[in-house]
Amino acid sequence: MRRRRDRQRHHRRGAQLSRFDVLIIGTGHAGVAAAIHLRQAGFAGSVALLGEETELPYERPPLSKDYLAGAKARDDFRFRSADFYAERGIELIPGERVKTVDPEARSVRCASGRTITFGELVWTAGGRARRLPGAHAIRTLADVDALKDELASASRVLIVGGGWIGLEAAAAIVKQGKKVVLAEREERLLARCSGRALSDFLAARHRAEGVDIRFGGPSPDPADFDLVIAGIGIEPEAGPLLAAGAEGGDGVAVDELGRTSLPHVWAAGDVALHCNPFGPDRPIRVESVQHATDQAACLAKAIAGDPRPYAAMPWFWSNQFDLKLQTVGLSHDHDEELVRGDPASGRFSILYRRAGKVIALDCVNMVRDYVQGRLLIERGTRVAPDRLTDPDLPLKTLVD
Amino acid sequence: MPIINVTTRDGRSKAIEGRAGRSLMENLRGGGIEEILALCGGCCSCATCHVYVDDEWLAGLPAMSDDEDDLLSTSGARAENSRLSCQIPMSDALDGIAVTVAPED
Repeated sequence: MRRRRDRQRHHRRGAQLSRFDVLIIGTGHAGVAAAIHLRQAGFAGSVALLGEETELPYERPPLSKDYLAGAKARDDFRFRSADFYAERGIELIPGERVKTVDPEARSVRCASGRTITFGELVWTAGGRARRLPGAHAIRTLADVDALKDELASASRVLIVGGGWIGLEAAAAIVKQGKKVVLAEREERLLARCSGRALSDFLAARHRAEGVDIRFGGPSPDPADFDLVIAGIGIEPEAGPLLAAGAEGGDGVAVDELGRTSLPHVWAAGDVALHCNPFGPDRPIRVESVQHATDQAACLAKAIAGDPRPYAAMPWFWSNQFDLKLQTVGLSHDHDEELVRGDPASGRFSILYRRAGKVIALDCVNMVRDYVQGRLLIERGTRVAPDRLTDPDLPLKTLVD
Repeated sequence: MPIINVTTRDGRSKAIEGRAGRSLMENLRGGGIEEILALCGGCCSCATCHVYVDDEWLAGLPAMSDDEDDLLSTSGARAENSRLSCQIPMSDALDGIAVTVAPED
């Protein structure tokens, strides 16, 4: 009896005190990329991936697209198998949430009371969906499982927010024969991230598919619906780092390698406030799979001894109905928006310029412009607007 | 189950048991080939699942779409036998297919 108690105590101690050379907080795209790139770069130390969820890490884009629409099953979008992590000595620590970080002691303390020390801390905790009382959110697999459970018997659905998540959800749900109202408090869709031409095109297309879009306030009464979904953005999950003294505000500030202002603490992904080489002259956060993956790879290589500043070209995609939307570059602070091709044809691009240079493109069913437009952004070539908007001139021919 | 013979960037070879009905990309990733990032999850929106297909298998693959062709043109490592592995459905007819992971761009 006594031996058994000792063993239990020992086991508890073993589970509560642990140390990893690299402790990664967050099991989304950035966290998993950091772990994989550490090993790819030959890092031989101990690595752990700690996250709140108990799921084997999974990709998020299908949550608002194929998984919501029923075209992908629950296990179709795991990043890797459980064996993969085990074989590479990447320890998964599920169901733990970090409450405090002690940069002096190089330790984190979890809500469960567990303390873990680290050599380097990689903070890829992403963001938490802003929630509305009584409304579903789309951020985690659990969110979407709960949503799908109720959706089966719902016929009237209200979606609050006309951003990417709201639009993707509207497309997936209206296709299931539900009545969908999408309420956006601004006067247009994607007001935060895209130009008017794309907003207008998407509004027309969603309406043609049966989505009832309402702009401006007041929001429709939730009582008139069977199900409400809020797609109103995220709050970056930076609290414990900021409380520990890290610089930041709307996220945690990082330099070109992904280092925060705290020694041995790094960050990447949605939470990282950084100066993007393709962005404006001020720190920004970028919420995308590309950014999460590439910035995490950058810091992993730096930890493994190969530091190279983050310089990846930003890109993004969305699928709605039969539309393939692709963005390259960052359109922040653009002062000009040029439409190339005829939106009515369903295939066109929008070029964003700042001070005469192309800084981003939104491409609708137009992979060629997406691919070739990247060259215009990289080279910073100044081209006359009438040539940029001539769909008969391939963009690559306009580059010096 | 169709076998996939993969050569990774370090020149090592590995045989993976594939699952018909899933894409080559999903099979490579599921088989532990960590170099296959497939960031867009297989919707033909990026070029991070780029592989070289051994010549004898090329002709038996589905034709390349314009989108795939355009995306591959973003890679500095494109070759005659380049394909995006997300665009190749695995089938028993491809049992024994040999592919090499393309270099990182």
